[in-house]
Amino acid sequence: MLTEAERHEIEEEIAAVREHTRAAVVEALKVVQRRRGWVSDDDLGDVATCLGLTRTEVDAVATFYNKIFRRQVGRHVLLICDSVTCWIMGYHDLLEHLRAKWGMELGETTADNRFTLLPVACLGLCEQAPAMLLDGELYGNLTPARLDEILATHA
Amino acid sequence: MPDLREYEQAGGYAGLRVALRMTSTEVQGTVKAANLRGRGGAGFPTGVKWSAVPLGEGARRPKYLVVNADEMEPGVMKDRILLEGNPHQLIEGIVIAAHAIEAEHAFIFIRLAYREAAERLRRAIEEAASAGYLGANILGSGLNLDIAVHRSAGRYICGEETALLNALEGKRPIPRAKPPFPQTVGLWGQPTVVNNVETLCCVPHILRHGPEWFLGLSRSSDGGTKLYGASGRVRRPGVWELPMGTPLREILEEHAGGMREGYQLRGLLPGGASTDFLTPEHLDIPMDFGSVTQAGSRLGTGTMVVLDDQTCPVSMLISLEQFFARESCGWCTPCREGLPWVVRLLRALENGDGRSDDVALLEAHTRLLGPGRTFCALAPGAMEPLQSALKYFHEDFTRHIAERGCPWRKAPVV
Ligand SMILES: Cc1cc2nc3c(=O)[nH]c(=O)nc-3n(C[C@H](O)[C@H](O)[C@H](O)COP(=O)(O)O)c2cc1C
Ligand code: SF4
Repeated sequence: MLTEAERHEIEEEIAAVREHTRAAVVEALKVVQRRRGWVSDDDLGDVATCLGLTRTEVDAVATFYNKIFRRQVGRHVLLICDSVTCWIMGYHDLLEHLRAKWGMELGETTADNRFTLLPVACLGLCEQAPAMLLDGELYGNLTPARLDEILATHA
Repeated sequence: MPDLREYEQAGGYAGLRVALRMTSTEVQGTVKAANLRGRGGAGFPTGVKWSAVPLGEGARRPKYLVVNADEMEPGVMKDRILLEGNPHQLIEGIVIAAHAIEAEHAFIFIRLAYREAAERLRRAIEEAASAGYLGANILGSGLNLDIAVHRSAGRYICGEETALLNALEGKRPIPRAKPPFPQTVGLWGQPTVVNNVETLCCVPHILRHGPEWFLGLSRSSDGGTKLYGASGRVRRPGVWELPMGTPLREILEEHAGGMREGYQLRGLLPGGASTDFLTPEHLDIPMDFGSVTQAGSRLGTGTMVVLDDQTCPVSMLISLEQFFARESCGWCTPCREGLPWVVRLLRALENGDGRSDDVALLEAHTRLLGPGRTFCALAPGAMEPLQSALKYFHEDFTRHIAERGCPWRKAPVV
């Protein structure tokens, strides 16, 4: 069930796209994800109802985007760039460090539910490679030591 | 970042005032005369693109202007610099372009990762609206325009202009068949122009100073300046605005500071992940559309990715092709099935499981996924670095087979 607040925010997104209700679908999914971390089957159905779409229509959009999560994620989502410049500039060392020191595996959530680690396409921060997106925030010029500092502030 | 007053003091919105004294056709003519070519990768002449939009009483309305700020191609970070650095310049370009095609609504489609840029844009749009540069009856001209920012949720194919239109409509963003082109049948079936951020940022200056001035900035026949970039093992990775046609060597050696201590240049992708490799023998070519094409590659976005002598070209290709395979929208079979196969072949080579006919198989893919074989340009773009690597680094591929693994590394690639 959507909360009153979620329903209200979705209504606002629909109002913003005027007569094109369907155009609000990505933002509506983000409304849910912002609070719950991901979009469950039930939530997906509720979003579909708000927009007057079928579940299939909404899922065809939800499953397409890299940053709409259709499976449960941890408290923090770490998207590590594995595109070409980061690949050259130290992606593998970062990945190894995340494994060895933080127990993270690509595509998985740590046992304490603290971090989900996923690979991501180029973040457009190539002059500061290697880079990551952590909870929606961009970080560049990463080294294992800098990663430790940043991750320590994400309980 | 300059606020509205600082931007105006530097001559901001003066180009718009010039444009508002012209008819739409005159604005188009000015941009045509400046020989502005699209900075989104394909280099299509901007004024010509605009002139395909029906104008006047008989034209269907509403019409739309869409700004492509998706920038998800690996190695490309130039539009982020423009968006964060001076959003008013883009907004001014949008209003002028909207006037040129008589559009009343504009959308900026910006990738989700660019949160800071989106925030600055939002603030600048508010400032511009309260100063009368947006909204109803702009500067008393009778022109109306609003701008909405759409933040997407991350998928490279959304940068392809027709997929982008589906994305804005809230549909699954796969590309559309062309023709019809967006200029006649675009967003919600209405006449629409899709332009890149950097393209539109050139427009205010063309209007303010005139096409001759713009042409004069360039060191080639394509007008203006260009944002060039370099990433990889260079001393000073970054983005620089330089005259169009600046030689590759100058960008790499003077601006990027040359290779880092202990590294040699082996090759580079001149304009992002979907452009063919060039090699050190090409360093003297001017970085303009025609010259880079003549050298067997494409200017693309003008932001180069550098391959050094201590990085395995096959490994670099794994990253490139894995990106394209993952980001393929899956609509057409050669791309959906062919790209993962390419990745498997490259991984096998890298991990010592390559077979003698693998190089021929990779070559076959560059033809089977080439231009004309797929529904959109993603797959042919993916083949550009591969086909040129097979040409320039052929020996590296065969060594992987002969030595049963990567000569550069002992551990398998993950
Ligand atoms: C797979 C793919 C991704 C693209 N991504 C972008 C992009 O992120 N930004 C962009 O401006 N153009 C991108 N393009 C090119 C656009 O389709 C379009 O040509 C461009 O936005 C037109 O703008 P311009 O004429 O101002 O260059 C992409 C094309 C393809 C095939
Ligand atoms: S070439 Fe690839 S990205 Fe383009 S339509 Fe076909 S499957 Fe989709």
